[in-house]
Amino acid sequence: MKELLELKDVTKTIQNESDMNNTILDHVDLTIEQGDFITVLGGNGAGKSTLFNSISGSLSVTSGQLAYKGKNVTHWSEEKRARFVGRVFQDPKMGTAPRMTVEENLLLALKRGKKRPFLPRKLKENRKDFEKLCASVGNGLEDHLDTPTGHLSGGQRQSLSLLMTTLTKPDLLLLDEHTAALDPKTSKRLMTLTNQMIQEKDLTCLMITHRMEDALTYGNRLILMENGKIKLDLNEEEKNKLTLEDLFILFENE
Amino acid sequence: MFISAIAQGFLWTILGIGIFTTYRILKFPDLTVEGSFPLGAAVAVTAIVSGIPPFPATLLAILAGMGAGLVTGLLYTKGKIPVILSGILVMSGLHSVILFVMQRPNLSLLNYPKLYDVFTGLPNYFDVIVVGIIALVIVISVLLFFFYTSKGQAYIATGDNESMARSLGIKTDNMKILGLVFANGITALSGALIAQDNGYADVNGGIGIIVIGLASIIIAEVLFKEVTLGERLITIIIGSVLYQLLLLAVIQLGFDTTYIRIFSSTILALFLMTPQLRKGLNLSKISKEEGQH
Repeated sequence: MKELLELKDVTKTIQNESDMNNTILDHVDLTIEQGDFITVLGGNGAGKSTLFNSISGSLSVTSGQLAYKGKNVTHWSEEKRARFVGRVFQDPKMGTAPRMTVEENLLLALKRGKKRPFLPRKLKENRKDFEKLCASVGNGLEDHLDTPTGHLSGGQRQSLSLLMTTLTKPDLLLLDEHTAALDPKTSKRLMTLTNQMIQEKDLTCLMITHRMEDALTYGNRLILMENGKIKLDLNEEEKNKLTLEDLFILFENE
Repeated sequence: MFISAIAQGFLWTILGIGIFTTYRILKFPDLTVEGSFPLGAAVAVTAIVSGIPPFPATLLAILAGMGAGLVTGLLYTKGKIPVILSGILVMSGLHSVILFVMQRPNLSLLNYPKLYDVFTGLPNYFDVIVVGIIALVIVISVLLFFFYTSKGQAYIATGDNESMARSLGIKTDNMKILGLVFANGITALSGALIAQDNGYADVNGGIGIIVIGLASIIIAEVLFKEVTLGERLITIIIGSVLYQLLLLAVIQLGFDTTYIRIFSSTILALFLMTPQLRKGLNLSKISKEEGQH
């Protein structure tokens, strides 16, 4: 396996109202190997989202270093990191442009990290591909290619976000509780679809989840975060031995 | 009077479209326009007075407006000054720039050539309408071409969902700068055309013009809902002409033109409140029907 992304001694502190330093990521070391599917667990305020924001570049770290394939990317902007990071957010509203249609959104995603020139966008040429792609999800998205995404249901929007993020096969996929805002049935379907895509496209992925079953069922590695630190980092073998009860006990002890 | 109001409506539409590209697409109000509008007027009039033909003079005005937009854009994105404040700073600074350009508070175009002279054969005001339509066709075509390029789609996405746009690698700061440059270039064009129609440029010519631009957008949106982007730009023409006719009606009713601005604001306020007013009226209607049963 090859190292894809390495976090070295990454710390993020913020100042709260009373000028006290609050450490939300505390000297985190994490090496993500190519092909890893890591499930990330942890209570509220454990630092999971901050970890994601630090990786995607939407938050700059206080100290430490991030290396992508050996290259120092600590000071790369979020826009620049979009070349290798794709992200699906928890809120269905976050992942799509509401006034633009489904196919316009897909077209935007197709150009992830590429130049966007002053040239016609070539929507028609891609329509067939987009239709096929949307049909593969199986929730009727293909009938809504011309619908502004703001009119779609949460489940449809979220599966569109997933399609958009994986369209260009990013080197690293970040899933930030992306099924949490959906009803149980839709949530389960989206999770199955997600897993299927990760396997088919052989993606490297980090997934934050609050569902213990999902954390156990999916992925080949599990990390547990607590107070801005990685408390536990289990490889595939250790993870397979883990039971739901073990996980509950770990959480109890927090 | 009537034809004149329609002709003015066409020229003000250009301003409305300029404001639309920031206010409705990027979803922030840009106050720079109150400075770039008289700047466009000042640059065009000064250029013509110093012997430059009206057409290149008008192009110079557009460039000046784009420069003003660029400054606001840089203050906002690189200087991290809130966009309203950035606009106010540039608008205020432009007052001095305009005085420097004209070397006096106002400058007349009396006995100088104007862009409208090309169509002197036409009856009164129709020269203005023809030039206005040509300018609108150019502005709308360029904008529509732009909106449907890859760059333009990234621009729309920036206004629609900025965090998504960034996560897809769109340089949202550059998009905002681009929008402000476009919007103020278009605004300056509007200023240059209106100054040539009025026959003068005035350093205070920009006060309250944002209300006129917004009014044409809001009227268009109240009258025509759920239209495509291209149709929306065209409906702003209707909104703008209607607004000028409404103002004309107010004047015809005998109100003092000295106090015209209060009517401008009132008309806009009424249109902005229409969703609320409509809701209020419907409610009273329903309760009345219920009362009868």
